[in-house]
Amino acid sequence: MNVLNHILKVLFFLLVIRPIVLIYIGLNVRFGDRLPLKGPALLVANHNSHLDTVVLMSLFPLGMLNRVRPVAAADYFLKGRFRSWFATRIIGIIPIQRKAGQDNPDDSSDKLQPLVDALEANNIVIFFPEGTRGEPEKLGRFKKGIGLLAERCPNVPVVPVYLNGLGKALPRGESLLIPFFCDVFIAEPVYGRDFQSRAFVGEVKTRISAMAQANPHLQEREDDDLYF
Amino acid sequence: MTAVQMTVAGLFVFLILASLIVAILSRTRPGKSSRELVLRIRSWWVIIVLFSIALLGGRRLGIGFLAFVSFLALKEFFSMIPTRRADRRVLLWAYLSIPIQSFFIYIEWYGMFITVVPIYMFLGLPMKMIQVGETRQFLKSLSTVHWGMMTCVFSLGHVAFLLVMPSEKGLDVSGPGLVLFLVALTQLNDVAQFCWGKMIGGARITPEVSPNKTWAGFIGGVVTTTLLSVLIAPFLTAFTFPHSLYAGLLISICGFIGDVTMSAVKRDLGVKDFGNILPGHGGILDRIDSLCYTAPVFFHFTRYLSGTQ
Repeated sequence: MNVLNHILKVLFFLLVIRPIVLIYIGLNVRFGDRLPLKGPALLVANHNSHLDTVVLMSLFPLGMLNRVRPVAAADYFLKGRFRSWFATRIIGIIPIQRKAGQDNPDDSSDKLQPLVDALEANNIVIFFPEGTRGEPEKLGRFKKGIGLLAERCPNVPVVPVYLNGLGKALPRGESLLIPFFCDVFIAEPVYGRDFQSRAFVGEVKTRISAMAQANPHLQEREDDDLYF
Repeated sequence: MTAVQMTVAGLFVFLILASLIVAILSRTRPGKSSRELVLRIRSWWVIIVLFSIALLGGRRLGIGFLAFVSFLALKEFFSMIPTRRADRRVLLWAYLSIPIQSFFIYIEWYGMFITVVPIYMFLGLPMKMIQVGETRQFLKSLSTVHWGMMTCVFSLGHVAFLLVMPSEKGLDVSGPGLVLFLVALTQLNDVAQFCWGKMIGGARITPEVSPNKTWAGFIGGVVTTTLLSVLIAPFLTAFTFPHSLYAGLLISICGFIGDVTMSAVKRDLGVKDFGNILPGHGGILDRIDSLCYTAPVFFHFTRYLSGTQ
C-alpha cells in the first residue's frame, strides 16, 4: 500500500469514522485491555451491521490501521468500482469467496489461504463467523471456517468480541444511521491448539453468547419480531 | 472577579479538598468502596471542568454544551428502553428536537421553547409513527419515546434557557449565576442526602424503589441544601431571604423526587445504571436525574419572581 493511500485511510478514520463511532454512536467498551495490540491475532465477532467492521477497527490506534484486516465477502464488496476501491484501499479488506465451489465443496482450505498469509505477516484479522449480518441483533449459526483457520494457525490468539446495538444503529437494508450506545465486550483469547476444529467453533460461540447473556439490558422480549 | 467566577473557583477548592480526603482514605482504607470513590472524584473533575468552561465561555458555548448533554442523556435512554424496529425514524425525529429547541433558546424565543417539545413534538411524533404503520405496542412506544424527550430534552432545556435569562432588575446577576446556583445545589443535594443517609441510617423512605434512601438522608439533605441556598443566594442571585429559603426547599425536594423516579425507571428496565460514560457514577442520566426535575421547577420559580410571566 502506498503512502498516499495510507494517509487517505488515516484521515478517513480520523475525520469520518471516529467522530461517527465515538460521538454520534458512542461505545461502551468492556475489557478493552484484552484487545491484542500486536499481530498475529484474530478478532472474532458477531455480525449485525456494516458498522461492526469500522467499530472494531476504530478500537485500534490510527498508526496500526494498516495491520488490521477485516475479512469480507468478495461477492458483495468487490462489486462496483467505487465499492471495491473503498473496501480494498480504505478499509483494507481481505476478500474471500463465501460459497464453496460447485465442483469441489471442500475447497475451504484454499479459500482460507489469504487469511493464513495475513496472520503469518503479523496482521490482526477481523472475522465474522456468521458469514452474514443476518437478522438485527440475533446471533446466527457460526460457520466452520473459523475452526479450520484456528487448526491451521494453532498458536494465534483468537479473541472473541461481543457487539451489541450496532444492528439497531444501522441494520441490514437501512441507510439511515440512528444514534444508540453500543456495547463492545472483549473476551479472553482462545487458541486453536487447545480444541478440535469443530469444538473450537463451539467454544468461540459459547464465549460470545455468554457475554451477550451477561448484558443486563438485553432481556428476552415477548414480541420477538417487533423489537430489536 | 464576578460572583460566578468566584463561585467556580470555590467549587475547585472544594473539589481539591474532596480529592485530598479521598486520596488519604484510599491509602488508609483500601478496598472496593474507596476505589469507587476515586473513580467518582475523577469523573467529578471532568464534569466540573467542562461545566465551568461552558458556563464561563459565553452563551453559545453554554447552550451547545447543554444540547450535547441532552443528546447523550437521550441516547442513553433510547439505548436502554425496548425500541421497535419500526421506530428508527421516529427516534431520529426525537433527537432532532434537541437542535430545534436549542435554536429557540439561542434566539430567546420563549413561546417556542416552551411549546416545541411538549406540544409540537408531542403531537407530531405520532404522525411519524402512523406513517410507518406499525400499531402493535403503539401507545407504549409513543409514551416511552415522549417521556425520554420530556426529561432529557425539555427539562434540561430549562437549564439552557436560564442561561439566557435577562439580568434581574438591573442587578449584576443573570443567567450563568442562576445556572450555577441551580446545578451546584442540585448536585450538592444528592451528595448531602447520600451522606446523611449513610451517617444516620434509620427508616427507609422508598423501600421498593431505592432501599438506600432513608428519611434521615432526605431530611438532612433538605436542611443542608436549604441552608446552602440561603448562604449562596445573595452571591449568585437576586433572591430575597424568603425566596432563597423557598428555592432551597424546591431544589432539595424536587431533586429527591427526580432521583427516585429515575431509580424506578431503572428497576423497571432491569439495569443498575443508564451507562458507564462517567466511571463511578454510571451514565450521564444517572448524574442528571435530579436535575431533570429541579431545572423546570426552579426555572419557573425564578421566572415568576422576575415578573416576566
